Amino acid sequence: MSFLPTIPEILKQFFRKPATNAFPAKYLPPSVTGFLARVGEGTASIHPPIATPPDFRGKIVYDRDTCIGCKICTKICPAHAIEFIPETKRIRIYVTQCIFCSQCNDACPVNALHMSEEFLIAAENRYAEDLIVE
Amino acid sequence: MSEEAKKGYSVPIGPIHPALKEPILFTFQMNGEKVEKVDFAPGKAHRGIEWMGMRRNPVQIVHLTDRICGICGVSHTLAFSRAVEQVAEIEVPERAHYVRTIIAEYERIQSHLLWAGVAAHELGFDTLFYLAWRVREESLDVIEYLTGNRVNYGIVQVGGVRRDITADQFPRIEASLSYYEDLFGKMLTLFLEDTTIKMRSRNTGVMNQQEALELCAIGPTARASGLNMDVRQDSPYAAYGDVDVRAVMPEQYLGEARGDVYDRIVVRLLEVKQSIDIVRQCMDQMPAGEVTAEPKIPKLLALCKKAEGEAVGRVEAPRGECLHYVRMDGHEQPLAWKVKASTYSNQMSWLKILQGEQLADIPIIVASIDPCMSCTDRVTVLRDGRRDVLTKEELHRLSVEKTRRLQS
Ligand code: SF4
Ligand code: SF4
Repeated sequence: MSFLPTIPEILKQFFRKPATNAFPAKYLPPSVTGFLARVGEGTASIHPPIATPPDFRGKIVYDRDTCIGCKICTKICPAHAIEFIPETKRIRIYVTQCIFCSQCNDACPVNALHMSEEFLIAAENRYAEDLIVE
Repeated sequence: MSEEAKKGYSVPIGPIHPALKEPILFTFQMNGEKVEKVDFAPGKAHRGIEWMGMRRNPVQIVHLTDRICGICGVSHTLAFSRAVEQVAEIEVPERAHYVRTIIAEYERIQSHLLWAGVAAHELGFDTLFYLAWRVREESLDVIEYLTGNRVNYGIVQVGGVRRDITADQFPRIEASLSYYEDLFGKMLTLFLEDTTIKMRSRNTGVMNQQEALELCAIGPTARASGLNMDVRQDSPYAAYGDVDVRAVMPEQYLGEARGDVYDRIVVRLLEVKQSIDIVRQCMDQMPAGEVTAEPKIPKLLALCKKAEGEAVGRVEAPRGECLHYVRMDGHEQPLAWKVKASTYSNQMSWLKILQGEQLADIPIIVASIDPCMSCTDRVTVLRDGRRDVLTKEELHRLSVEKTRRLQS
């Protein structure tokens, strides 16, 4: 006699809500980028992603006015994602290179760097305007 | 039957193949359905991580080690930090040890559940695969809640950890522990009593104790073959010296160790339960205090820069012992950094456990040691655009030539 303990489990699952969050839409759109463009225009609505937890490490935020140009962050960034601009004595962060470790946040003496909650930042252009923070 | 047919044929699987999760090339000498001989060629996923490390300082490398493996990131960061801490003589605060242990055990839970799902999938049992991965989410959620990220946690830094576990986070941890406790019995039934799984995994891919010893198997693969070894038990690090941790052996569940795929499932599932207990103990015993020896990163960097010497950091990763060797000579960058991931030791077992098995059993047997090729591949030899394997004689010749060159 075979024993198949999974069968009752499957039957129970029929009456439960699926665990997967239907993101970005309930059914896979023919083109995800096309769908997102329509979301941008306001003609379609996105099924929201699961909320990020507190202290999530998302896209970096830089407070240019607080920064004192000390260059500490450029030295400790593991991904070499921070460039120092000598003319302005300020930094530039390449988000495509950033590995979201938030080490620069810990090291900055004046708290000019923070991690936001934003994580939907994939793009086709590495140097897109919103992927360079300065 | 012609002479040709009697000799059998060879089947290459890989370097990229749906049955393999990562790039590696297997060559099977087959006779009918039976595997006569196995050979494999790793080195297809070499990413030059050590090379990158040689151009960075320890404070940066820690985050690089996090990315050696997508599953056991904390094991690598921990092993590396332990090595650097020994070289630089940095004393890690007691509380940081406990935080490290809790995260490492959560990592084990998610890694073993991931493996359980993969194993089910390799058996063609996708229902169980989805089930295992659904319950795995809970541990990832807790890790994300505690560290700020699901995969590359970035929690360990040389000298301690970067985030404390505060009292208000305890209820969330507690909730997940009881979730897994309630589930554990069910998981055991679903995996271990299922007729299909038993039929496919009992007495397949067998490696006895002696063979495991000779092939230097480690981690759950070794324990399933009856070798009582676990770095957490044998040379405790972090907070493992204070908690009750004993190597999980298949005998505890079945009374005997056969060293087959089934036993490897048993060991990994029982280790999930063990991890739950360890996290509980850590939460009870956690002392108050600092979580890092040096919160100021520039100061920490200066400490590392002064350091001279060499050390080895050993950690029991979910797949077995993970080892980092670091040598520093008073410069910002280490003079040498060597990583030995667990699969490096375990992959030789393939030669034994695949022999004499059927073609259809290859995926599950390959998966049964929980291989992680991207962690393991450290060297790729490329010359004039051609990659080749160096034999022992060739290596010897190269070595002699180099000595002559240096002498002349
Ligand atoms: S978060 Fe990490 S990788 Fe990103 S800029 Fe800061 S230090 Fe560099
Ligand atoms: S560490 Fe802070 S203050 Fe210094 S350069 Fe970077 S952002 Fe500016």
